[in-house]
Amino acid sequence: MIELSNAQIWLVILVLGAGTFLIRWSFLGALGRYAMPGWVLRLLRYTPVAVLPALVAPLVMWPAATEGQTDPARLIAAVVTVAVGMIWKNMLAAILAGAATLVLTLQFLG
Amino acid sequence: MSPTPSSAPAHEHPLPDEVQARILARSPAQCFRHGMVQSIPFLVPLLPFGILFGVLASEAGLDLSQVIGFSVLVLAGASQFTAVQLLSDNVPVVLAIVSALAVNLRMAMYSASLVPWLGSAPGKDRAAVSYLLVDQTFALSIQHYEMNPRLSLKQRLGYFYGAAAAMCIPWAIASVVGALVGEAIPEGIALDFAVPITFLAMIAPMLRTLAHKAAALVSVLMALALAWMPAGTGLLIAAPIGMAAGAWVEGWQERRQKEAKA
Repeated sequence: MIELSNAQIWLVILVLGAGTFLIRWSFLGALGRYAMPGWVLRLLRYTPVAVLPALVAPLVMWPAATEGQTDPARLIAAVVTVAVGMIWKNMLAAILAGAATLVLTLQFLG
Repeated sequence: MSPTPSSAPAHEHPLPDEVQARILARSPAQCFRHGMVQSIPFLVPLLPFGILFGVLASEAGLDLSQVIGFSVLVLAGASQFTAVQLLSDNVPVVLAIVSALAVNLRMAMYSASLVPWLGSAPGKDRAAVSYLLVDQTFALSIQHYEMNPRLSLKQRLGYFYGAAAAMCIPWAIASVVGALVGEAIPEGIALDFAVPITFLAMIAPMLRTLAHKAAALVSVLMALALAWMPAGTGLLIAAPIGMAAGAWVEGWQERRQKEAKA
């Protein structure tokens, strides 16, 4: 659960909204005449595949629901999600496969 | 919205002349409708994803107006999930904001790629396009512009706005639906693992190249190794190292290809 006040949550929304707009507006709005150096473009390309896995890895290894104990059912579900997502390149199929696996493994292992 | 950044090189599929002529003859209003129609396939993953955001955000304790605030003002799925997850983990607010913004940094790349096509538009159009610049509107528009390089500026803007209307408005509506569903879900149903599964499902299709895989693997290993650090801080170290790993592998592959040709 989020334990912030309503005002704090709105502050997060506004700052995140403004910051995201500035990122999107950067080149179209302000820097259009400047070329971005190749190495910057190269780093930017990998932001989502670096930030999101770093966020999710501890959640998978040490789930909050099992009080931080590594849980085989959740680990198997995570592996199936990634495998389906990589093979079929389909986010929705991966979510469904992962959720179905979790239900089954919790049934049999949990 | 889900990150499917397109860093693939421009497609070279010259269209037949009569098809080209028909596309070039469209009025801006027709371009708007064309953009809307071509966005429909994107709604298939977008709507459930938006509903899921609404469910999880309301389970985390956000009220309906805050869910709408996220989906309308931030308008970036992966970073919305990131912010809600980190705030639920009681990470300091500044770290949650920095991490969620980092997820959106790729959009600077989209912004730069649109300059040759939309850079001469009036300031208010460039601001509006920036606000509506999400993975899906970017991916759809840039391939349309590259396939039809002779479109006028008005036609390009019309197409972009059509795509944005067809995707961004349903995104907000889907999160509202999700928030209402979330309020109706009884306490105790295990949704704890919905967030990790959603993130993994977002990430996996992005691991197209060796460099993407390397970036993800290095950032996972670093994040696990740094898990002892205060909540949210390990991420800020692990992610840049993962990015550097991806960039390094890309550069290494390029050098190797050049050597093979030489």
